[in-house]
Order: sequence, then structure tokens, then C-alpha cells
Amino acid sequence: MRLAAFDEMLPEVSGLRRPYSAYDRWLKEQDPARLTEKMQDAERVFRKTGITFAVYGEQEASERLIPFDIVPRIISGQEWRRLTQGIEQRVQALNAFLDDIYHRQEILRAGRVPRDLVARNEAFLPEMIGVRPPAGVYTHIIGVDIVRISEDEFYVLEDNARTPSGVSYMLENRETMMQLFPELFQKIKVRPVENYPQLLRQSLAAVRPQSTKGAPTIAVLTPGSYNSAYFEHAFLADQMGVQLVEGQDLRVVDGHVAMRTTEGYKQIDVLYRRVDDSYLDPLTFRPDSALGVPGIMDVYRAGNITIANAPGTGIADDKAIYSYMPEIVEFYTGRKAILGNIPTWRCSEPDSLKYVLEHIHELVIKEVHGSGGYGMLVGPAATKKECEAFAKKLAARPSNYIAQPTLALSTCPILTEKGLAPRHVDLRPYVLVSDRIQLVPGGLTRVALKEGSLVVNSSQGGGTKDTWVLDD
Amino acid sequence: MLLGRTANGLYWMNRYIERAENMARLVDAGLRMALTRTQNASEEWNSVLLSAGSDVAFKQKYSEYTAANVADFLLRDTSNPSSTMASIETARNNARMVRTALTRETWESINEAWMALKRMLARPIDERDLPSVLDAIKRETALIRGSFYGTMLRNEIFDFSQLGTYVERADNTARILDVKYYVLLPSISWVGSSLDNYQWESILRSVSAHRSYRWVYDADYKPTNIADYLILNVRMPRSLTFCYRFLAEHLKFLGDDYGERHACHATAEKTQTMLRAGSIKDIFDAGLHEFLAGFIRDNTRLGDEIAQDYRFY
Repeated sequence: MRLAAFDEMLPEVSGLRRPYSAYDRWLKEQDPARLTEKMQDAERVFRKTGITFAVYGEQEASERLIPFDIVPRIISGQEWRRLTQGIEQRVQALNAFLDDIYHRQEILRAGRVPRDLVARNEAFLPEMIGVRPPAGVYTHIIGVDIVRISEDEFYVLEDNARTPSGVSYMLENRETMMQLFPELFQKIKVRPVENYPQLLRQSLAAVRPQSTKGAPTIAVLTPGSYNSAYFEHAFLADQMGVQLVEGQDLRVVDGHVAMRTTEGYKQIDVLYRRVDDSYLDPLTFRPDSALGVPGIMDVYRAGNITIANAPGTGIADDKAIYSYMPEIVEFYTGRKAILGNIPTWRCSEPDSLKYVLEHIHELVIKEVHGSGGYGMLVGPAATKKECEAFAKKLAARPSNYIAQPTLALSTCPILTEKGLAPRHVDLRPYVLVSDRIQLVPGGLTRVALKEGSLVVNSSQGGGTKDTWVLDD
Repeated sequence: MLLGRTANGLYWMNRYIERAENMARLVDAGLRMALTRTQNASEEWNSVLLSAGSDVAFKQKYSEYTAANVADFLLRDTSNPSSTMASIETARNNARMVRTALTRETWESINEAWMALKRMLARPIDERDLPSVLDAIKRETALIRGSFYGTMLRNEIFDFSQLGTYVERADNTARILDVKYYVLLPSISWVGSSLDNYQWESILRSVSAHRSYRWVYDADYKPTNIADYLILNVRMPRSLTFCYRFLAEHLKFLGDDYGERHACHATAEKTQTMLRAGSIKDIFDAGLHEFLAGFIRDNTRLGDEIAQDYRFY
């Protein structure tokens, strides 16, 4: 399948785009053999530092590198300002929605979002009803996935409001690019991203419980070194200068969560958890979980710890809720959404299901609760047999799926053995929420390395690029 | 502030780095014996396995004591948890777990050692390559040690790491001596016979001390001198006294930093005092084997106490 896609560097109609002009000049002066060498250097750097991720279901290759492409994805200052406004508005709405959904539920009363969709949603946690997190913030760290299809059209593909990952790649990609091509950064003014860990730390400290005396103790909670994102958990804890803890290190002592140190138990005030809701507290959620802390929810309800992101934020980035985001943004901010949604068919609605089944080979169909590119169908790229098999699953449990048109995601060139070649990309900027909303200028650009492929997920053969926001 | 689990990870990371290297050293000594004394080669390999604490597991898998079998089992067999490959893998898993406590240089040296050894030990070792494989193992662990000493801050992280190193090393030296203690006993030693000379040299070789011995004592190998060197010499980096000097020192740092003394402090000091006060004659008079067996027991207890006192679990 070939889609006529908008290329962010060299669109067919207008030629080289402005944000890339300085880079293009530099690139033309480079010896291709040297670039190939640099590409191999990059891989060596990543392997040596152990920047790997685990792939579920692959025993042997349990540690793999995410392929890195050395051609940066470049965004102009003006484009970034527009994205920032749209993202800030969206993130504000997400937090307002969460606060409402767990308190007065005005949006349900107003009939703007169907009650059932929330009440019967697995991501909705009744345990959170009436709980107000410290500083009133629910989702502190958000990774908004954005796709582009033309010069002016940006869409939000997904709001990752639970525990978005990948920010360590944003930082390491920049570090690697600066090591490989220091001269480029002298020629081109790129806005820095490396203060993200400091901002994250400040942001987490700002939402500490009211009762905290003095500087708060912050820790990152990881499921452990066998988790696919362990590298990132360790990286962030290290960069922030806070402890990296596991469930086995924690217990509730005198109404607070405390970690076992060589000198006894020490209180924790803010927990940046990278463990899913259902594993957080075996006394409240999954009783078999060894990854969480028994009783942490009681401490949380008593206001003695900040959990970032708050439990139950999944209801805001649920794929079924996603289709209502334009209404949600307008409901809470009183303004139309600056960043649009991709048109979405909710298969739970009979008319939509009919349409989706009839057009299955044109659409992208996703599981409502899926992530990581697992369990989805890209109609135009699938065989007739695959479509038929998927249609059966869809017809059996329609409410489990949503469908979207196959968008011609913009492309950005990657360096291949035969020179530059366009590949589809998306963008995940990272947003921090405390008493303010902050974005570092940049994000993670994921790129589908296979020619024509639209799936950018690292678990499905995607790679990454350094993302530059120009200081212009 | 340090998590108990992190202290545990640091401790075992260093025990296993030490062990990975010790296995190579033991195989090296065995290989030398086998090359120079072909008649009793299988007996020599048996003592190598005994020193490694792996003789029972070995017998379950092999019937013959050959260089190839022993080298395979002690260096690359990952079903043997003490083999070099298994040790370096455990060390790396621990390093991954405590990564935030390590300098980038230290982590990278461990990660690179793991990558290099995994590649090198992927297939059975050709006997002709064995010496270069052994060199490579020692080089990798030396690089880890170099990055570690060169870049780590001397704080509690360093202390717990060193405790792991020296508990493992003391155990290793004591076991090597205990397996061969009978060749050091005066009653059955034929002074100057070539058999004993080889045995003695082998002991020194397994702790990489066959050259330095000659700098300290006169050129002849004497059993009491060898025992003195490995047990009581304060300057010999693998002697029991040397290990306990550092164990006591790092425990004292921890005690001072935390303002609290534990059972492990008393145990380490007791052993240190005993080593300081003792002469090699006293040790032989009281029984070398009894002395070593008691030492190994106390050393193991020290490890358990450290784990408990500093809340490893």
C-alpha cells in the first residue's frame, strides 16, 4: 500500500521546507561513508550504555535496541508554539475531566459523555470517587501522541495519561546526536531538552502532600529490572537524584509509605510510579500483586502521599473516551479544541459497526484498552484473510473496538544504505503538570522503519529520531 | 541514604565479579598442574573443583576429570551458578538493579565485560584457546575493578561493594588452602621433593601469588611460609588478614556514618584480632584444617549478619 504522504523535509509540491534548510545545507557537505560510520557509532553507544528495552514474548532477544536514525526531525518555533497551545488546552481539560468524573460528574449529567461509558469502564476506579489528590492534580506526566498529515493539519492520536514512557529516549537521542555531530549544534540553534529531569523533579515536589515538612522525599516506583521500560525508570531516578524503589522496598509505617534503607524505614512523600493501577495495592486492587504496596491507597486517601500519576487516570486516555475529547475540551475550557481528534467510529454503536465492517480494509481498528500496537488491524496493509478473521472478532465484541481512517501520516527522511528515504513518523511531546503546565521543547519522534509501514511502535519494528524545535 | 535492596545488590554484584575471576584463576592453576604433571592430572582437577565448591555438581554431569570438562563447567556452563559466565551474568543483573548507585564508567565496564564474555564463551572452548580465554576473563574483571576504584565516590555504596569483594575473596582463599591443607602439613611433607614443590606452586598460582611470594620470602617454597603468606601477611591482597583488615575498615566507616554498631562489627573484629594475634606456628599447632574450617564458618556468618544488620531483605 502506498499513501501519498506529506514529507516534512521535502514535500513533492513545494521543495525543501524552511525548518530543514540549514540542516540540508550541512547534509549536502557530508561524505556519505562518514554518515554510515556515524550511524554505526550511534548503535555502539546505545548498546554500551545498555539503553535497551525488553520485548514481550521474545525469549532470546530479551534485550533489544530501539533503532535510532541520525536524521533529525525538525519543527519550527512557530509550529511548536501552536502545538504547545493545543496541548496545554488538552491537558487542562484532561485534569478537569478526571476531577469531575471522580466528584460531581457534571459532564455525565449534562449528557455530553454517556454515563455507561464511564461507569462500566475498567479504567474507571470507583475507589477514587471523592478522593482529591494533593494539589488537585490527577495526571502529572502526559505524553500526547500527535500525527501530522499536511502543512497545517495536526491531530491527536492518543492521550497517554497513565504512565507514558519514552522520555529517556528523547534525552538519550539528543545526547547521542550532540556526541556524533557537535558542529551541527553550533550551526543550528536547537532548543534544549536536557533539563527535563530537573523540571520533573520540581514538578513532583510542587505537588507534595500538604502535610510534608521540609523538602519532600521523592522516589520512582518500578516493577523491577525485568520490566521493558526498566532502563527508563533507572535513568529518570538517576537524573533526578531520587531513589528507585520496588514494591518489596516499601511498606506502610505509621500512616505513611516508607522505604527500607540500610538504616531503617524512611518516609516517602511523592511516588512517581511506573506500575499500573491494578498492581498498586494488593489490598485494594489485584490481591496477587507483588509489585505494589499493601495499604498505599489508605495512605493516599488520607492525603499522606502523592501518587503520580494518580490512580484511575486511565479513564481519561481510554480509546472509547478519546472519541469524546472534542466535547470534553469544550466542556471544561469553554473553547473549541485547538488540536483536533482523528475521526473515530465507536464500534459499540450499531451504525458505526455496520460502516466499519463494510469498510474494514480501509480502516485502522484498535482495541479500546490495547496499547503498544498489539491487537490492532491496519486494514489496507492486511490480507483478505486477516481482515475476515478480524471482522469475526469485531462482530463478537464490538464495544471492545474503535476504528479510524487510515491517515497518510507525514513522513520524514531516514538514512538508508541507498541514501535518504521517507518514512512515516509521529510525535510524543511530554507535558508536566503541577501548579503550572510545562512542556520541554521537543519530544520523542517515532518512525516506522519499514517502507510504507504506518506502525511506529518500538515493539513492532519502529525506531526513533532526535526531535529538534528550532529557536527561531 | 541507601535502600537495603540496593546494598544487597552492590554486595552480591561484587561477590560475583570476584567469583568470576576466581574461577578463571583456579582453572589456570589446574591447567598448569595438568601440563607439568600428566600422571595425576585428574586428581588435580578434582581439587580445583573442590576449591570451587563445584565437585558434586560436576560429578552429576561428567564422569571424567579432563581439562576440557572442568574448564567448560567452571567457565561457561550457566547451569553451574558459580561458573564465570553465570557469575558475570548475575553480577550484571545486580548491577542493572543498582544502576543508579553506579558511575556510568562502572556500569559500562560490567556491561561490556558481560557482552565480551558472552561472545567468547558462546561455544565450547578449544583447548588451544584456553590460555587466551583465561587472560581475557582476568582482563575484563580488572577493567571493572579499575573503573570502580577510579570513579566511585567513597561512601556507603563503596563500603557495601567492598564488603562483598572481601567476604568472597576471604572465602575463596580459605577454601583453596583447605583443599590442599594436607600438602602443607609437616608430617607428610618431603621437603624439597618435586611433588610438593608443584603442589605448593599450584596453591600460590591459584591466588596469583607465585611471583610475589619470592619477593617476600626466599626463593624456596616452604609450607609454613606459604601458609603464613596466604593467612597472615598484611600486604598480600588475597590473604585472610588483608581481607579482614578491609572488612573491618569498611564496617567501621558504616558504623561511624550511621552512628550504630551491629553484630557484624563484633564478628569482623573478633576474626581480625584473632588473625593479628596469631602466629603461623600457633595455627599449625592447633590444626590447620580446624583453623580453616572455623574461619570459613565465621566468614559465612559475617555475610549473613551484614545482610541482616543492614536490612538487605
